[in-house]
Amino acid sequence: MWTWFYRLASPPFVYRVAAASTPWFSVCAALAIGYGLTAGLVFAPPDYQQGDAFRIIYVHAPAAWLSLFSYTTMAVAGAIALIWRIKVGHAVAAATAPIGASFTLLALVTGSLWGRPMWGTYWAWDPRLTSELILLFLYVGVISLRQAFEDPGRGDRAAALLSIVGVVNVPIIHYSVLWWNSLHQGATVAKLGRPSMPGSMLWPLLSMLLGFMLFYGAVLCIRLRGEVLNRERQSTWVREAVKT
Amino acid sequence: MTVGLWRAFCLVLHRELLLSFRRPDQLLQPLVFFLIVTTLFPLGLSVQLSLLREMAPGVLWVAALLSSLLSLDSLFKSDADDGTLEQLALSGQGLTLLIVAKTLAHWLMSGAALVLISPIVGTALAIPVNAFGIMMVSLTLGTLTLSWLGAIGAGLTVGLKRGNVLLSLIVLPLAMPLLIFGAGATDRAISGTSAEGALYLLAALCVLTCTLAPFAATAALRITLE
Repeated sequence: MWTWFYRLASPPFVYRVAAASTPWFSVCAALAIGYGLTAGLVFAPPDYQQGDAFRIIYVHAPAAWLSLFSYTTMAVAGAIALIWRIKVGHAVAAATAPIGASFTLLALVTGSLWGRPMWGTYWAWDPRLTSELILLFLYVGVISLRQAFEDPGRGDRAAALLSIVGVVNVPIIHYSVLWWNSLHQGATVAKLGRPSMPGSMLWPLLSMLLGFMLFYGAVLCIRLRGEVLNRERQSTWVREAVKT
Repeated sequence: MTVGLWRAFCLVLHRELLLSFRRPDQLLQPLVFFLIVTTLFPLGLSVQLSLLREMAPGVLWVAALLSSLLSLDSLFKSDADDGTLEQLALSGQGLTLLIVAKTLAHWLMSGAALVLISPIVGTALAIPVNAFGIMMVSLTLGTLTLSWLGAIGAGLTVGLKRGNVLLSLIVLPLAMPLLIFGAGATDRAISGTSAEGALYLLAALCVLTCTLAPFAATAALRITLE
């Protein structure tokens, strides 16, 4: 069983799988985001309270969700790499970090654009906003720690450990709207019982979420190929792969 | 010859304390820094007592964070440079326990000292005397937690040439909840409302880091040492 597991995580195999799955991820992401954007921005009814301004949720919520999802992915990949010494895990973590940081930045920017008409301010020192900002700093810390070491292997392991330590922040962000009295609105979709949103608003949002995840998958595959090639540049299979 | 765990713990603790007492300037510098930073705020903003009292918790806690950060850089540095740390790792004793001793000594010399001089700063910032108790308890819990977070950060950056800035970049985001609850507790103590909630959260953070951070710091040191 374990040899199968290790073969699955071998760099040439990962490189080929990533190359083969990139177009699938891209096409599906384009379809899901295309449907989500048109249905969400054009066909969904305006909110009874927020009017048309609520439509930024179709970018904001998926970006915020993906910022947490990428961080968890990065930490889990780092943990797998540390525990079973699977080098591809470090490549996945290194490829994920900048994507996750971009999603976090996107969530912060769209959130403050949304906050301006709704709360009357671009920024409030509110638990959810602050913890999302901390997440951005954590990403920056992990990225710069990885680059600070001259020996790449050591940088990988140090960054993996830091991302595992920082994972404490993920549930704090997720539940911050429940635990503290927050300016930020509560959960709409991910809660027990019925989502507090009609189907014509909900389906585009779920489609955007799926689209963002597929988009993440596509970008991850592209970046992962680059990472694997760079890390394995001394080996013969890379020379053959690059030659053809 | 091997010694027992407890004996090894005491030996390392004793050595660390002795070393820092031999170099009192390094002991005093973070404390003086703490005093200077808290002096800068009233000079730069306003000397009105009412305004000062409102800002005091934040100023106190930010200064405490920065001053602890200043001394964290030296936690493993000199021992890593002269090879003592490798000897400790190879000594056959649990490295985690020795790191607990080192971090505890570091906290006694920086955090606990900072707590002891905090009433002076509190007086200067117009914090009422009846809030000193909660201020000192919250600072004790906070600096202890910070020492542990810092041990992880210092362990990760010990092998680097310019690890100082990176250390701040790593530790400060993790320390932000600490600042929120710590300043919150002090703020509530000044306004005379119950500070228990924030203190319990601080204590929870302290217990969390005291139990888990030693292992994380050990893992970090093993990565950077090997």
